Amino acid sequence: MPISSNLLNHPRQVLSAPLYLDVCAWKVPAGFPSPAADHTQERVDLNKELIRNKDATYLFRVKGDSMTGAGIYEGDTLVVDRSVTPKHNHIVLALLNNEFTVKRLYRRGGIVKLVAENNIYPARLIKEEDDFVVWGVVTFNLHKLC
Amino acid sequence: MSAQIQQLALVDCNNFYVSCERVFRPDLKDVPVVVLSNNDGCVVSRSNESKALGIKMGQPWFECKALAEEHGILALSSNYALYADMSNRVMAILSSFSPRHEVYSIDECFVDLTGTPHLKETSYQMRERVIAWTGIPVCVGIGPTKTLAKLANHIAKKHPRSKGVFNYNDLTSTQQDNLLSRIAVDEVWGVGRKLTVRLAEHGIDTVQDLRVAHLPTLRAAFGVVMEKTQRELQGIACIDLEDVTPAKKQIVASRSFGQAVYNVDVLKDAMSTFVANACAKLRAQESHASVIQVFLRTNRFRHDQPQYMPSLSVPLPQPTNDSLVVNRWADYLVGRMFKPDYAYKKAGIMLSEITPITHLQSDWLEPSQAPSANLMSAVDALNKRFGRGFVKISTQGAFNQWKMRQESKSPNYTTDWASLPLVA
Repeated sequence: MPISSNLLNHPRQVLSAPLYLDVCAWKVPAGFPSPAADHTQERVDLNKELIRNKDATYLFRVKGDSMTGAGIYEGDTLVVDRSVTPKHNHIVLALLNNEFTVKRLYRRGGIVKLVAENNIYPARLIKEEDDFVVWGVVTFNLHKLC
Repeated sequence: MSAQIQQLALVDCNNFYVSCERVFRPDLKDVPVVVLSNNDGCVVSRSNESKALGIKMGQPWFECKALAEEHGILALSSNYALYADMSNRVMAILSSFSPRHEVYSIDECFVDLTGTPHLKETSYQMRERVIAWTGIPVCVGIGPTKTLAKLANHIAKKHPRSKGVFNYNDLTSTQQDNLLSRIAVDEVWGVGRKLTVRLAEHGIDTVQDLRVAHLPTLRAAFGVVMEKTQRELQGIACIDLEDVTPAKKQIVASRSFGQAVYNVDVLKDAMSTFVANACAKLRAQESHASVIQVFLRTNRFRHDQPQYMPSLSVPLPQPTNDSLVVNRWADYLVGRMFKPDYAYKKAGIMLSEITPITHLQSDWLEPSQAPSANLMSAVDALNKRFGRGFVKISTQGAFNQWKMRQESKSPNYTTDWASLPLVA
């Protein structure tokens, strides 16, 4: 209905209550939806892959060349997990007479040896009088290439 | 239905700081070792060998020097980065044993094992797992209340036969009486040196004496706190487990200087660092402060020097956690208090009237602080990513002479890529 001219020239009552307008609170997609949207996954996380038990994992830096045969070189970083039970053939971080050493653990037929992976170093037989304990098991070696 | 007896465990690390150092220094095994406080001042952690030689907790190191030389005691500066990381590992391991636990200090944690099947095995397992995964030896004390758990822990530590675990709840009531009659009352949680003397005046010498003391007399002489302690000793829990550490009501950042400071700019430089640390803590607990207090101290042990220990507080126009705002105030207050010719030994800042950020009351006289909140979160994020002190306030870090004296600090073995322990 058209507003008559005399109404336009007279004061009119205005509603005192505020009027709320709906604002669009969600994103309105423009264009096509991503075909990958339903397939997103978290990106690979190296911490997750390399550290199985973060409260028991420690990092050590390698000195010397006694383990080059196992691909462990000076300056490499070893991931050492104290919660893994050491087994025959594991590469372990051991304490031998209160010194840290990284070697392959040999444990067969009542004989325990620490075996270097480099011919110039002989295997070290663990004797009764030795103070020997496996500190942790080496689970990964980080070797920088460039 | 009868209420189940609470099986509350207190797990306490043995000689924690020394034990942390030994994890990465196997050559320190069997060697008498102590760890010193900030500025290498006092003994704050002792190996068993050092304890046996008579070194006391809190003893100033210069008093021990002769003994140290005679017996080859090794003193290390404190390495809090290492201790904090090792503590986080220990606490994470313990928390996996019960959803109800309370980290009580850097080396103590309450764990509620009520209802745990195979309690005995579990308590030994808890101890063995911490040792296996971290190399830190711990003792476990179990009791129906926090106070008795703490006492049980003391027994686990003192008696080798316990093999590091002691459960007070396993005792018959006669055994409990006998045991508590043999322990001095100063071993009770919250009973310090002064209280021990006053308790002795009332004929209370042992834990058992306190446990059976006449309640109205005890309350009249020592108040309700002691009454609570007595009830806890009787097995009635009065102190609840706090699952979430309550937000701090006051935050203090202060430090003794490595050497005496005479210059106002050096004091301001140090103060900026305290401001940055205190405000970062405030932001971490999502609160802001309404009052700041700044203080300076000369060395009160130097009777030959003039003493001056001023302190000034100001109520802030608006609560804040903005390092820059607080720093402007601290800078101004240091300037107001400073008098030349004094040898300043310590300074610090205390933030109080702390409230959660959500309680902000806007003030039409003062502009809101909102714009700088983003700046501060950016500062916190950068410092977290690149190390503490990566982003500083501009008045911070020009002078070094106030910094901590740490003559023999171990490397940050577990928190710094360049300081990893070496292995051949």
